[in-house]
Amino acid sequence: MSTRGKQYWLDRSENVTKLYRGLWAVGLLLLAADLVVHRHEEFSWAGWFGFYAFYGFFACVALVLAAKEILRRLVMRAEDYYDR
Amino acid sequence: MIAEWPVGLTLIAGGLLAAVARGRLRDAISLAAPLATLAQLVVLGHGDFARVHALGYTLVLMHVDRLSLLFGYVFSIAALLNAIYGLHVKDGVQRAAAPVYAGSAIAAVFAGDLLTLFAFWELTAVASVLLIWARRTERSFAAGMRYLVVQLVSGLLLLAGALMYQAGTGSLAFGYIGLAAPGGALILAACGLKVSFPLLHNWLQDAYPEATETGTVVLSAFTTKLGIYALARAFPGTEMLVWVGATMTAFPIFYAVIENDLRRVLAYSMTNQLGFMVTGIGIGTNLALNGAVAHAFADILFKALLFMSMGAVMLRAGTVKGSELGGLYKSMPWTTGFCVVGAASISAFPLFSGFVTKSMVMAAAAGQGHWAVWLVLLFASAGVFHHAGIKIPYFAFFAHDSGIRCREAPGNMLVAMALAAALCIGIGVFPGALYALLPHAVDYVPYTSSHVLSQLQLLVFSALAFSVLIRTGIYPPELRSVNLDSDWLYRRLGPMLLRGTASVFAMATNATRSTVARCSGWMAGFVLRHHESDGILARTLTTGGMALWVALLLAAYLVVYYT
Repeated sequence: MSTRGKQYWLDRSENVTKLYRGLWAVGLLLLAADLVVHRHEEFSWAGWFGFYAFYGFFACVALVLAAKEILRRLVMRAEDYYDR
Repeated sequence: MIAEWPVGLTLIAGGLLAAVARGRLRDAISLAAPLATLAQLVVLGHGDFARVHALGYTLVLMHVDRLSLLFGYVFSIAALLNAIYGLHVKDGVQRAAAPVYAGSAIAAVFAGDLLTLFAFWELTAVASVLLIWARRTERSFAAGMRYLVVQLVSGLLLLAGALMYQAGTGSLAFGYIGLAAPGGALILAACGLKVSFPLLHNWLQDAYPEATETGTVVLSAFTTKLGIYALARAFPGTEMLVWVGATMTAFPIFYAVIENDLRRVLAYSMTNQLGFMVTGIGIGTNLALNGAVAHAFADILFKALLFMSMGAVMLRAGTVKGSELGGLYKSMPWTTGFCVVGAASISAFPLFSGFVTKSMVMAAAAGQGHWAVWLVLLFASAGVFHHAGIKIPYFAFFAHDSGIRCREAPGNMLVAMALAAALCIGIGVFPGALYALLPHAVDYVPYTSSHVLSQLQLLVFSALAFSVLIRTGIYPPELRSVNLDSDWLYRRLGPMLLRGTASVFAMATNATRSTVARCSGWMAGFVLRHHESDGILARTLTTGGMALWVALLLAAYLVVYYT
C-alpha cells in the first residue's frame, strides 16, 4: 500500500517518450549495422538491406490490423456469450 | 537394478502420499519426489528395462535412450518447479494431482510399448483434469469436462491405432511408426489432439485458463510436450507435419492479439510454439529434430515462467484480464522482472533460451529450401514477440495504472520463478549444456553475427511497430469479450444441431400424429356413413321389394335360357 501516491519514473509521459525515442535510435543503429555486417543467409533475398527490420515491422502492423479489423469483427462476442 | 523401477512411479507415489500427508511432511514429499526422479534419471543407463508380462504381451515400462532421457529431465525439472510454486496451496486435491500428473507423463515418456504409453497417456488426462476442476466453479467444471472428453478421445485413438499396428506388424514397440503403417494415421491423430493441431487445438485455450493459478502452470508443461515427444519418436520426417506446424505457428497469434484473458493469450502462444516443434519434426533432419526437442525443453521452462507470473498476478490482483490490469510493476517488481525474462526467452532474444533452440528449426527449414515455411515461421517469430513478449508484460505490469495495489507474490512463487528464469538465461548463455543432451550430435552455432543482428533487427522493429500502434491509438484496446474459436463448433453449433434435430423430430412426430388422426377420422366417417342406421349398407329393405327383385331375376333367367 506504500506505493500509492508515489511518483514513478514511468509515470511521467515525457520519460515514456524518451524510451520511445531511444527504441527508435536502437532500431536505426541496428538497421545501419546492415551496411557494415555481411549477413550469411540461405535465401539471397533475406540478405537485402533491412530485410528483417522491414519484415518485423510490417508483419506486426499487418498482424494487428488483421486481428483488429477482420478477426475481431468476425469472432468477438459478449463476455457471457457461452453462459447464456 | 535402479532401472527396473519405472521412473515415473516415484512422482505418482509421491502424489498419493501427498494426498494423505499434511503440513511440513507434505511439503517434504512434494519436493523430494521430483528430486528423487531427477537423481534416478542421472544414473540411468540406456536400454530396455522393467519388462512386465501382461494381457499376453511383453510390456516394456522403461525404454531409456537420449530422447526419452531429455524429456524425462525436463519433465522432472518442471515437476520440481511446480512443487515449489505450489507449496502455499492448502488444497489436497491439487497437491496430489500435480505430481501424479507429472509422474504419469514421465512414465509415458519412458514407455517402450504402445500399451504402456496408452495407460499413462490416459492417466495424465484423468490426473490433470483435477487441476481444472480444483477451481471449483461451474465454468471450470464445464471446461474440465470438455477437456477430459478430448483427452480421452485422444487416448482411444491411440489405443485403436496401437491395436491395428500390432495386428498389422506383430509388434507393439513404441518406435518409428510413420503415417503409412497400419494404425499410423490414428496414432498421428491421437498425437495431433495432444499437440493442438489446427482445428483440434481449442481444448487447450478453452481449458487451461480455467484452471487454478498453480494448476495452469502444471498443465502447461506436460500434456502438449508428451504429444511432441510421441511425434518426435513415431513420426519424424512426416512431410505433412511441416505445413501443419507452420499453420500452428501463424494462426493463433491473431487470436492472441485480441484476447483479453492474459492466460488465454499464453495458451494461444502455446499452440504457436508447439507449431515450431511440429515443423521441426516434419522436416525430420538431425538439425530439425534437435531443434524441435530442444525447443520443447526451453518452452516448458519459459512457458512455465510466464504462466507462473500470471498465476502470481491472479493470486494477488484477483484477475488476469488485460482490461482490468496495468501498473502492477509498482506492487510486484520481482514478478515483473521474472515475467520479462520469460517474455524475452519466448521471443528468442539473444542470451535467452528461445534464441538458441527455435533458431535450429528455422535454420533447418531454410537449409531444406522451405522458403515459404521459413517466411511463415519468421512472421510467427515477430508475432510471438508481439503478443507474448510485449503484450503480456505490458498490459499486466505497465500500460495505464489500473490503481490496483497488492502484495508481491508469496516467497515460494518467487523462488520457483527465479529458478525458472535462471534456467532460461542459463540455456541462452550456455547452450552447450542443453545441446549435449540432444538426441543427435549438434553441429550448430547459434551465436553468429548474422544471427544475432538479424534477430535483434526483427525484434526491435516488431517492438517499434507495437509502440507506434499504441501511441497512435491504432492498437486495439483490451476489451471484455470472448472470441469464438473452433470450440464454438462443439459448444454452440453441436448443441444447436442437436436441438434442431430434436425439433425436426418433434415436428415430424406431430405431423404424423395429425395425419393419422385425420385419416382415421375420415375412415371412421366413411364406415359410419355406410353402416350407420340409415347408411346404405345398414338399411332394411321391404319384403315386397325383395319379392319383386326375385321375380325380375327369374324372368331375366327364363328369357336368357330360351333364347
